[in-house]
Amino acid sequence: MTASTLPASRSTNPFAGLMRGTTGPVIVVVLALLAIWYVAAVVLNTPFQRDTYARANQSDVPFSQLVGDTLAQERPVLPAPHQVIAEMWDTTVKKAVTSKRSLVYHTWITLSTTLLGFLIGTLLGVLIAIGIVHSRVLDKSLMPWVISSQTIPILAIAPMIIVVLNAVGISGLLPKAMISTYLSFFPVTVGMVKGLRSPEIIHLDLMHTYSASKLQAFLKLRLPYAVPYLFTSMKIGIAASLVGAIVGELPTGAVAGLGARLLAGSYYGQTVQIWSALIMAALLAGSLVGLIGIAEKITLKRMGMAQ
Amino acid sequence: MSSVIDIEKLSLTFQTNDGPVHALSEIDLKIEEGDFVSFIGPSGCGKTTLLRVIADLEQPTDGTISVNGMTPNQARLARAYGYVFQAAALYPWRTIENNIALPLEIMGLSRAEQRERIKRNMELVNLSGFEKKYPWQLSGGMQQRASIARALAVEPDLLLMDEPFGALDEIVRDHLNDQLHQLWEKTNKTVVFVTHSIPEAVYLSTKIVVLCPRPGRIYDVIESDLPRSRTLDIRETPEFLKIAHRVREGLKAGHSYED
Repeated sequence: MTASTLPASRSTNPFAGLMRGTTGPVIVVVLALLAIWYVAAVVLNTPFQRDTYARANQSDVPFSQLVGDTLAQERPVLPAPHQVIAEMWDTTVKKAVTSKRSLVYHTWITLSTTLLGFLIGTLLGVLIAIGIVHSRVLDKSLMPWVISSQTIPILAIAPMIIVVLNAVGISGLLPKAMISTYLSFFPVTVGMVKGLRSPEIIHLDLMHTYSASKLQAFLKLRLPYAVPYLFTSMKIGIAASLVGAIVGELPTGAVAGLGARLLAGSYYGQTVQIWSALIMAALLAGSLVGLIGIAEKITLKRMGMAQ
Repeated sequence: MSSVIDIEKLSLTFQTNDGPVHALSEIDLKIEEGDFVSFIGPSGCGKTTLLRVIADLEQPTDGTISVNGMTPNQARLARAYGYVFQAAALYPWRTIENNIALPLEIMGLSRAEQRERIKRNMELVNLSGFEKKYPWQLSGGMQQRASIARALAVEPDLLLMDEPFGALDEIVRDHLNDQLHQLWEKTNKTVVFVTHSIPEAVYLSTKIVVLCPRPGRIYDVIESDLPRSRTLDIRETPEFLKIAHRVREGLKAGHSYED
C-alpha cells in the first residue's frame, strides 16, 4: 500500500523537486546565512541607533523604523548585506578601473602579488621537495626548517621582509610577493614530498629491473605520480598566497590593494568598505581555487587518471 | 654449454629487529637454456627472495650466483631479463601501448622499433585492439597479460615471473597458463616461475624446485618427463598426477619439519 501511495503524495508537493539536486539545498543555506546576518546587523547596530535617537530627543520610535535605520547607518558595527553589495557595485561597476577608488583596481594589485608569489612559491616548493626526496641529508636538514618556518606568525615576519628588501633596494611588487611565497611554498613542499614518495615499491622495482637512471625514474614515475598531489597542494597554496599578499600590504601602509583597503577602512571606521574588501578577497580566493580545480580536471583527464 | 643461471652455496640473511632471518640457506641450482623452472613452496620459504636475487633486487650475503655468465648486477644493467611481478604494476596514466613502451623508452629505442615491438608483443598475448585503453578499463587477467607483453618487449632470453597469476581466478589462470605455455614453446625462452599452485607448476615446468621454509632451502628438484608440447588435458594423465604427488609429498615433508 505504501509503495503505491508514496510516489503520488510526493508528486503533489510543489517543493519536492527543489531539494532533490544541489541547487535547492545551497539556496536554503545561503538564505539562512543572509537571515542570520540581517538579524545580527539589527542587534549589533541597535545601541548606536538608540544613542542617535536619544541625542535627537526622539522617543517612542516604532520598531519598524528602528530596524530600517539600523540597516542604513553610514558606519555600522555590522553592515547589512545589501549595503555591502551596494558598495561593491558602486566601487566596481560605477568607477573607472584605473581609479584609486575602484575595487577592481585594488583587487588587481592584490591579484598580481598573489600570482607572482604563488608562482615563485610553487616552483620553490617543488624544488625543495625534489631535493628532500632524493637526498637523505636534505631530508634531515631541510625539512625541520621548512616546518618551523610556518610556526612563525606571518604578521611578525612580514614587516621585516619588507624592510630588509627595501634596504637592499627592492621595492614594489616583489617584497609583497615574497610574503605570498613564504606562505605558499609550504603546502607545495609537503604535498610534493608525499607525492614523489607515493609510487609503490613494485613500481620502483620495475624501474630498477629496467636499469633506469634516477632521472628517468623521476620523469617517468615519480613526477606523474605526484601530479594529483601537486594540484591539491596548489589549491591550498594559492589561498595562502592571497592571505600573504593581503598581509604584505598592511605593514607598509600600502596605498593600494585589498589589504590597503582593509587598513584604510579600519582607520576611518569605514566598515562597509572593510566588508566589501573582505567579500572581494573571498570571491577572489574562491575563483582562484576554482581555476586550479579546472586545470586539475583537464590535466588528469588528459593523463587518463580521471576515471 | 654454460648454464643460464648458476647458483652455488647461496645464502641470504635479513637482519631484523628480532634478530637474523635466514631467508635462503645454501642454495645450489643450475638452470639451463630453454628450461621452464618453477619454484614452489609455502609462504616464507624464500622462493620470491631467490627470484629477486637472480634479478638483482636483493643481495645475497654468501655464495655465488651468475646470470648469463655475469653477476646479477651486470645482467640487470645489460637488461638480460624481463621481470613480471605479482601485480600487473601498469602505470595508470599510460595507455596499454604506452605501458609496454615504457621499458623501450628507457632503453632509448627508436619510435619505429618501439611501435613494431609493441604490435608484435600485444599480438603474442592476444591483446590486439586494446592499445589505446587505460589499465583500469581492462580486467585483471588482461592487465597481467599486458604486463607480460611489457616484459617480453624488452626481448630478454630470460623471463622471471613472480606468482604472476596468483591473484586471478581459476578459470582465467588456466587460460593464461595455456597461453604462457604456448608462448614458451614458441619462443624457447628460459623461464623462472614462482608459484604456490601445484597443478600450475607441474603443467608449465620442465623442472620443479620444491623449497621449504626456516631456513629457506631446496627440498627437492623434480625433472619433469612430460613432453615439452602439452595441453591442459595432460593434467588428467597418470604421469602428471605422479609428478604432482611427488611435489605434494615434498611440500608436506618440508613443512612438517617445521611443525
